Amino acid sequence: MPLTINGTDHDFTGDPRTTLLDFLREDCGLTGTKKGCDHGQCGACTVLVNGQRINSCLTLAVMHEGDEVTTIEDFGTAEELHPLQAAFVRHDGYQCGYCTPGQICSAKAMLDEAASGWASFVSEDLSAPGRLTPEEIRERMSGNLCRCGAYSNIVDAITEVLEAGR
Amino acid sequence: MTRSLTMDEPDERNRLDAMAQGVIGKPLDRPEGPLKVSGSATYAAEYRYKIPGCVEGVLVTATIARGEVTLLDESSVRDLPGFIAVISDERMIARPAQGGAGESPVRKVREVQYYGQPIALVVAETFEQARHAAKHLKVEYREEPDALVDPADERATFEPFEDPTIQGDLEGSMRQAAHAVDVIYTTEGHNSAAMEPHASIAQWDGETLTLYSSLQMLRFNRKELADALGIEPEKVHLLSPYVGGGFGSKLGISPEGVAAAVAAIRLGRPVRVVMLRQQVFQCVMRRSETRQRLRLAADAEGRLIGFGHEAWVSNLPEEEFAEPVLQASEFLYPGENRVLDLQLARVHRVTAGSVRAPGEAVGMQALEAAMDELAEASGIDPVELRLRNIPERHPSEDIPYSSRKLEECLRSGAERFGWDKGPRRPCQRREGEWWIGSGMATATRVHNLNEAHARVTLRGDGTAEVASDMTDIGTGTYAVLGQIAAEMLGLDPAAVDVKLGDTAFPPGSGSGGSWGASSTGSAVFEACEGIREELARKLGCAEAGLTLKDGHAVSGNRKVPLADLLEGRDVEEIGHFKPGKIAEAFAAAMYGAFFTEVAVNAYSGEVRIRRFTGAFSLGRVLNEKTATSQCMGGMVWGIGSALTEDLVFDPRDGHIVNPDLAEYHLPVNLDVPHLDVLLVEERDPAGSPLQSKGVGELGICGAAGAIANAIYNACGVRPRSFPITPDKLLPGLPEV
Amino acid sequence: MRAFTYSRAEAVTHAAEQTRDGARLIAGGTNLLDLMKLEIERPDELVDINRLELGTIDEQDGGLRIGALVTNSACAADERIRRDYPVLARAILAGATFQLRNKATTGGNLCQRTRCYYFYNRDQPCNKREPGSGCSALGGFNRIHAILGASESCIATYPGDMAVALAALDAKVEIAAVDGSIRSVPVRAFHRLPGDTPERDNVLEPGEVITAVVLPSPAGGAQLYRKVRDRASYAFALVSIACVLGMEDGRISHASLAFGGLAHKPWHDERVDALLLGREPSDALFDEAADVLLADARGYGANDFKIPMTKRVLKAVLREATGENA
Repeated sequence: MPLTINGTDHDFTGDPRTTLLDFLREDCGLTGTKKGCDHGQCGACTVLVNGQRINSCLTLAVMHEGDEVTTIEDFGTAEELHPLQAAFVRHDGYQCGYCTPGQICSAKAMLDEAASGWASFVSEDLSAPGRLTPEEIRERMSGNLCRCGAYSNIVDAITEVLEAGR
Repeated sequence: MTRSLTMDEPDERNRLDAMAQGVIGKPLDRPEGPLKVSGSATYAAEYRYKIPGCVEGVLVTATIARGEVTLLDESSVRDLPGFIAVISDERMIARPAQGGAGESPVRKVREVQYYGQPIALVVAETFEQARHAAKHLKVEYREEPDALVDPADERATFEPFEDPTIQGDLEGSMRQAAHAVDVIYTTEGHNSAAMEPHASIAQWDGETLTLYSSLQMLRFNRKELADALGIEPEKVHLLSPYVGGGFGSKLGISPEGVAAAVAAIRLGRPVRVVMLRQQVFQCVMRRSETRQRLRLAADAEGRLIGFGHEAWVSNLPEEEFAEPVLQASEFLYPGENRVLDLQLARVHRVTAGSVRAPGEAVGMQALEAAMDELAEASGIDPVELRLRNIPERHPSEDIPYSSRKLEECLRSGAERFGWDKGPRRPCQRREGEWWIGSGMATATRVHNLNEAHARVTLRGDGTAEVASDMTDIGTGTYAVLGQIAAEMLGLDPAAVDVKLGDTAFPPGSGSGGSWGASSTGSAVFEACEGIREELARKLGCAEAGLTLKDGHAVSGNRKVPLADLLEGRDVEEIGHFKPGKIAEAFAAAMYGAFFTEVAVNAYSGEVRIRRFTGAFSLGRVLNEKTATSQCMGGMVWGIGSALTEDLVFDPRDGHIVNPDLAEYHLPVNLDVPHLDVLLVEERDPAGSPLQSKGVGELGICGAAGAIANAIYNACGVRPRSFPITPDKLLPGLPEV
Repeated sequence: MRAFTYSRAEAVTHAAEQTRDGARLIAGGTNLLDLMKLEIERPDELVDINRLELGTIDEQDGGLRIGALVTNSACAADERIRRDYPVLARAILAGATFQLRNKATTGGNLCQRTRCYYFYNRDQPCNKREPGSGCSALGGFNRIHAILGASESCIATYPGDMAVALAALDAKVEIAAVDGSIRSVPVRAFHRLPGDTPERDNVLEPGEVITAVVLPSPAGGAQLYRKVRDRASYAFALVSIACVLGMEDGRISHASLAFGGLAHKPWHDERVDALLLGREPSDALFDEAADVLLADARGYGANDFKIPMTKRVLKAVLREATGENA
């Protein structure tokens, strides 16, 4: 079974050591997904696999036969931005831009997780975590480091999209 | 044509405010934003996909503190699949260049001076093959025993790094003082930890070396690389259009770039070298740890009569850099009796160099924490104490200050935050398990300028292009240079293309020391002045009578579309800006004030920042949105410096114990509250021809001091040791 | 990363056979690949077990059987777990990040290896990584290291959160062997103390595969997971406490506490639970519990603070669990 990336089938036949991240960047030319630490410690490589966000550096391409991978390239183009991307631009939710695709993939998945009722460590009530407060967004986005320190604007950008969708 | 502007005296013309377009300072979105958020901005390592035949190199780093590499056993890796070469060449560099060096740093990769030093490059067809071979390569050393790796080692000797400032009788003033503080603060090493690891791709065509690299200051980096390789700078072409954060760590050419270049020349193939995250810690730059003694002597009203700040820092042998801890202490506060003394020890730890706001980042946090102790000792409100200590003239050099809005920052920040001027005692407010407290600090950072060139082309169709080898490392350069040109030429900023990060363009200032926007921006400004004169000539009016707005030239009752005026021909000018004598004529700096509310867990000593306000004066704001973001970024660094960041060195061999992002703790999103940034209106004619100053570093300078002061106010503990991790608070916390 | 052969296990017994022959199993891979990149783990053969049918949470004997391949996220999101075993959901949510928890599995998380700095540096001596080479943490920087149950060979800690809650819940690890037989090991006995064989983290033998974790019927009561760390999120525990505590008529009717960050395993001390049982909550009792827990605690310098920290945080947890005000 092929691996589907942004709707396109790919057959992986390379070195089994190849991470999903390196496969995306080096073999598929999808360099929007970034390598920041290569050890699951920064979140820059966040992509969606079957709709869930993961660190693509800590998984092997060979393990993803039949999976559907979504990267930043599937969100929107520079000319036609996805609402999250547009909100990041408007709120200056980035500076150097290196963590940004990971932040946006992560934010997308976070909104879906919250819609499914998933709780976080800061949720008062595990069974009914309620709406995404700024505190909830901060905890849920803590797997994406931003050394430029754009966190406050990132939270504002996501909040705007969240409220627009309500 | 090149037009030069040397700034020898304040530029009172304030040309930008006289322009008509009205875009300068506006909170415009970054023009490159859509590329960044869509993942289509290309960073150095990502050019590999476009370069056929590019192979991969991985650095091999030393596992001893000091000695000599006696064997790199190629036979241990020769048979590994994909293996191409082990390269350990006299041209390779053992350390990164210091910012602005313009020449090769220490080479001699086989002479080991610190644990983690690059000693070789292993090249293979793929990254996995190269990384494995690099780890597998058998290396033998002749180790020098008992290398001095720890500045706390009793064998460490400190020597003055520069002439100390000694005025009057500090000890006498300490004795006479109505209130005095004599304390020692320590800070630990920091790593810039830009999200993009250092990366380079080198291509050699037999004549010219092209290097795609992640660098901050291309005009220097070009010379550094050329010097290391022994070729002419003109034969080096550097490209860094997007840089995934720098914070000082990419000021100088770094080991992976030179290694890639050497390998490309030797192998005749394009070579990419990307540092592993651990290597970014082990062999780029650290901010030195510091030990700081603060002596503050005040009269009964809290006015400083004595001011002492001594600091002890470290670096490798041969490095001409010592963390300039006292930089702000030279000018911020009065006190006729002064001792300012910076001492350096030589130790075998990774190179110490510039990390965001070298000097003030750690100097100000200790000073501002000590000022809080003086406020407590004197019973004076901390804001009031600072207001009483704004000197008339530079306390050591007989020069005036340039525009200085410290008082406005203190007052407006206090008002915005809701600072309580009432008596301050710790452990007064408790919410559940948490002690709540507030604290404040002054911010300041010296203003720097640097020589810069930029080319501006007003195209025949009435659009424009700005080009310089200046970089945008997240600082907003693309946005602000475009806004300057748009303002000066009366264009919609969308009609201005800004091209950066390519040594094919005129040499800009580079990004560092917060000088980028004001320096390269002034070169853009000067080029635009030339274009305006040319347009005035074409229109037949004096430049003073020329108004440019919305793509039209207006003079008197004539209004001509630029495209018509230009008749399809481009007008091109190169602006050349030189700092001149202005730097010596004024004490020029950016100022600000931090106010924060923190919560300290009464049981565990964990700290949470609940509110954080910063009021800043930066001269003219060129783009309110990007300036605000830069300030926020600094404040996040302040949180890291206050609470979490701590580069740990093993006392036995000086290796970095926590060389990754799991154990070197950058603040995460949950560590950071909503940040409240207030930009105080200012024009500083001595700042630059734009009347702007620097932005990128101010937000960190003193921020951690405010947090430390708030922690004390919350729970009554002052560890005097940064970062303030829970273990340091526990011994002093009230019993539970 | 060293080259390896990759294959997929079609059946649990097949996976078990492979481990008997030296292969490493990979599920989420979040810890294993991290270590393989550093060449701390260097398997010749990697067997992908993600296709095995071990990904469901089923009711069993009044409790729940959590398949070894259930991800941390799925486990924490399961309604029954959130409702009946909140300490487990809380502990999982306290660990790592959403991204990592979406991959990390129940079985893999139990096998998570230490974060000792020296274990992670292949160029430093480490008895866990290279038996007999020495322990660099002794005499080195040991702020995150063990204060209980350590040995002269190793002072590393088990870094996880989930297993601490499982120890408090007295869950069992279900382990399958090559012949298809199943053995059940209490989580409290699954991880080992280092002794003089710190290279062995747990009691899993070659030829065995974790197939599930089995939770007993719900204990009810107050269920808390308290984690102290160096930043607000995405950091390993300095000290963590999982607490399952019931009250009846003003007395503690059930108490089960487990501790993370203190030892080579999730630390459970029956004497602490026994001390609390049947007693009226009081600060004196909580101090007594801490004294029993920490009687043999020993710091190695930089981690000395864990002793007072544990005592203070235990008091916070017990006050909250028993309704005594902070």
